[in-house]
Amino acid sequence: MTTTTLAPTTATTAPPLPVAAARTHGPLRKASDVAVLSARNLVHISREPFQLSDVTLQPVLFTLLFVYVFGAGVVLPGGASYKDFAVPGMLVFNLVTSTVGTGVGLSLDVNTGVIDRFRTLPMWRAGVLVARSVTDLFTAVICAGIVAATGFAIGWSPDGGVGRAIAAFALVLFFGYAVSWGCACLGLASKGVETAQALGLLVLFPVVFMSNALVPTQRMTPWLRDVTTWNPVSAVTAAARQLLGNPNPSASIHAWPMEHPVWAAVLWSIGLLAVFAPTATVLYRRRAAE
Amino acid sequence: MSELMIEAEGLVKRYGETEAVAGVSVAVPAGTVLGVLGPNGAGKTTTVRMLTTLTAPDAGWARVAGHDVVREAKAVQARIGVTAQEATVDGMLTGRQNLVMIGRLSGLRRGDARRLAGALLERFALADAGDRIVKGYSGGMRRRLDLAAGLVTRPPVLFLDEPTTGLDPASRVRMWGVIRELVTDGATVLLTTQYLEEADELADRIIVVDHGRVIAAGTAAQLKAQTGGARLQVTLTTAHPEAAAALRRFAAGDVAVSQDGLHLRAPVTSGSGLASAVVRTLDTAGVSVDDVEVHPPSLDDVFFALTGRPADEHPTPGDVDPESGAGRSLATREQVLPA
Repeated sequence: MTTTTLAPTTATTAPPLPVAAARTHGPLRKASDVAVLSARNLVHISREPFQLSDVTLQPVLFTLLFVYVFGAGVVLPGGASYKDFAVPGMLVFNLVTSTVGTGVGLSLDVNTGVIDRFRTLPMWRAGVLVARSVTDLFTAVICAGIVAATGFAIGWSPDGGVGRAIAAFALVLFFGYAVSWGCACLGLASKGVETAQALGLLVLFPVVFMSNALVPTQRMTPWLRDVTTWNPVSAVTAAARQLLGNPNPSASIHAWPMEHPVWAAVLWSIGLLAVFAPTATVLYRRRAAE
Repeated sequence: MSELMIEAEGLVKRYGETEAVAGVSVAVPAGTVLGVLGPNGAGKTTTVRMLTTLTAPDAGWARVAGHDVVREAKAVQARIGVTAQEATVDGMLTGRQNLVMIGRLSGLRRGDARRLAGALLERFALADAGDRIVKGYSGGMRRRLDLAAGLVTRPPVLFLDEPTTGLDPASRVRMWGVIRELVTDGATVLLTTQYLEEADELADRIIVVDHGRVIAAGTAAQLKAQTGGARLQVTLTTAHPEAAAALRRFAAGDVAVSQDGLHLRAPVTSGSGLASAVVRTLDTAGVSVDDVEVHPPSLDDVFFALTGRPADEHPTPGDVDPESGAGRSLATREQVLPA
């Protein structure tokens, strides 16, 4: 019967690998775990490339929609170009909304049996979490590149020098990375993938829209304008506009974050990261201990 | 003589009000197989989860390969291989990618992980399927890959949670062959199963669990002796008051009669020539027989013999959480109360 195919035993089993030889500690081992798990995430993406649509097709679509549909009706103070105003805003908009993917990915990770396998391995537990954020940083870079390319294609002209442009992209990516840890918390706290996705969008859409990313805030109701002024998304967008040499109407608002947008953006990002990363780690540990 | 590789005393796990595991103790000497036999929701999986560091016990302690499962979880993890009921391989990766990944996460260097993955695929007859995506695997292939995944670290102790549940007979026999080989190589194995036959095939010792407790322990032969070796089942055309009494001379234990009096069931010691003898005897007593069946002992019989009630192997899906066993014990209580 078929069992004969299983006959070869110890001879073909493996090179002798005593358990003790395995590296189980140290930063190198942690880095190796993260690399292995990130590679796994990349294989997932390669199997279903369409899951990348939120960082590839969507940014193109939203950028074109906003520039041509909204741009036709929005009048900027001083008659500045909406196109130049909108592209940095779209950069922040797309990078922030695409962090929903982090929550969805983690929710998938902890709700399938693979997590049980990981937990019985002598690996770095938080590696799953870190690998997810590393993979999503990688897709965020793609997203930023696509927004920039779309912008250039429709005539966006940044005017602040290469060094400042790099700083702008780095700052927006750092902010997106911090927000992705917030989505990680949502993903880990929710019972299923659909909930993670719905919750993520439910929280992020109002936050992104109630900012200066898409329209100037000067003509908003006072309370709403105050909200937008202190919204971290506004600080990051204003910082990006300032660094890229694009129109930044918020500069005239008398409030600390709008007067010092780069500092505000850095502080907001650090603050969000300081809150969400440990929270996600705790939630992950709890989820993984069930 | 030999040291204990798996040792547990008074393990308890509660989920809310229910005690999924209510004081389980096990002792498995090195190089032997312990079969944990029980129906769905008996607490088998929860026990395995505690022994494999996945769930912290609420009371009791356990040591695996000499290390405490709570305080020395890492050390335990480095010495055990686990195959859970649920798929614990990544469906989006190929079989080979899964094994290499697990090897790397276990601390092997890339080259070693690759060689080991190749060898394991070969050994588990998955070499041809190794580069296909796991999602497309059959149930038997997936289980073998899961088992292979548990062997990547070459662990001395293996936990197999219902390794053959849901497999067709050929895949099951093949899986048994694989497990026997592992034992020949010196592994200590704890395997859970719903099938007495499987425990009989593989296990040196068996414990029977129900409602989170060990209700019997021994070798397969000892358990079979308790169940009478086989089960006699008689269906009558019409109920007859003398039927049970007439069957008693064949029975190795109590004769159970259904409420309508039409179905009788009893453990018997030997099955050969029994059916015709039963028909003759019942005929003489004036009982009209519709059907006589003699079955080899099943889990149900072990349960019947040990607890006086059926194992209830197929609880309604949805109302039973196999992890907690909550649904099952409630269902059983409902059945017991009206009686």
